[in-house]
Amino acid sequence: MLTDVAVVTLGVLAVAAGAAVFVVDSMARATFALLASFLAAAGMLLALDLVYVAVVTALMMTIEMVVMAVFMIMFMMNPAGLMPMTMVHNVRGSVVVGAGVFAVLTTGIWTIDWPERDGRRPADATRQLGETIMGGHMLVMLVVGIALFATIISGTVLATHRGRYDRFGPELDGERPDDPVPGGLPR
Amino acid sequence: MTLEIVLTVAAALIGVGLFGALSQQSIVMVMMGLELVVNGVLLAGGAAWYFLTPALPDAQMLIVVALVVMAVEMVMGFAATIAIYRARQVDMVDMAEDLNG
Repeated sequence: MLTDVAVVTLGVLAVAAGAAVFVVDSMARATFALLASFLAAAGMLLALDLVYVAVVTALMMTIEMVVMAVFMIMFMMNPAGLMPMTMVHNVRGSVVVGAGVFAVLTTGIWTIDWPERDGRRPADATRQLGETIMGGHMLVMLVVGIALFATIISGTVLATHRGRYDRFGPELDGERPDDPVPGGLPR
Repeated sequence: MTLEIVLTVAAALIGVGLFGALSQQSIVMVMMGLELVVNGVLLAGGAAWYFLTPALPDAQMLIVVALVVMAVEMVMGFAATIAIYRARQVDMVDMAEDLNG
């Protein structure tokens, strides 16, 4: 009973905070509303006995949203929310799509004849996940590892303004770096 | 607590996220909408594991993949935002319409 109340409360909180992201004026507030939504979802995962995944979600999203807040304040013209601001296009179409998807999914959720629970819950969900990562589903982790490594490289490449290939040429054989403002001592 | 309740919350998160991703003009806000959609997937995966197939680890694996997708999406989104802002001072999707396709 207590779990029921907690799950419903957290669910309402998650959705309300998610909606608040697109309502509040300040970018910082929007970021922390998104964080609240993630933390509520992590709480729901906790109620589903997925302790490890819930903790990972909470920790990862906290860091991610703090980083995001920096970017939000960097890129937005109204970081502090001192003035009302809406920057939207095609609101009506978006509402129709969002509400339509929700309606279709909810209809399916409540009308489908869901199968009975298959098998018993393991004593420790974390052990189950760990054993499968190192066993049957190791390929997933290998692919994920490569994908994250590729992300690191491509993120750095995209975010770098001028790298060594811009300065020394494609073969890295330039005598002097080709800088907009030449530096160093006069020779 | 039933499967339907948790899945309904997930569906609501996906709906709200889709609305945000489609309606917001700022590139960073579009990414926040996408994150909400993946948040819904996370929750639906957890519900599927708990209520349907707790003996199989596949649904948990899906959650891990969704978490990775979130991280990759954030990194690549911000990298692309920085790149296009540096090149053209663009921070709104409407100013980058030549990228559609």
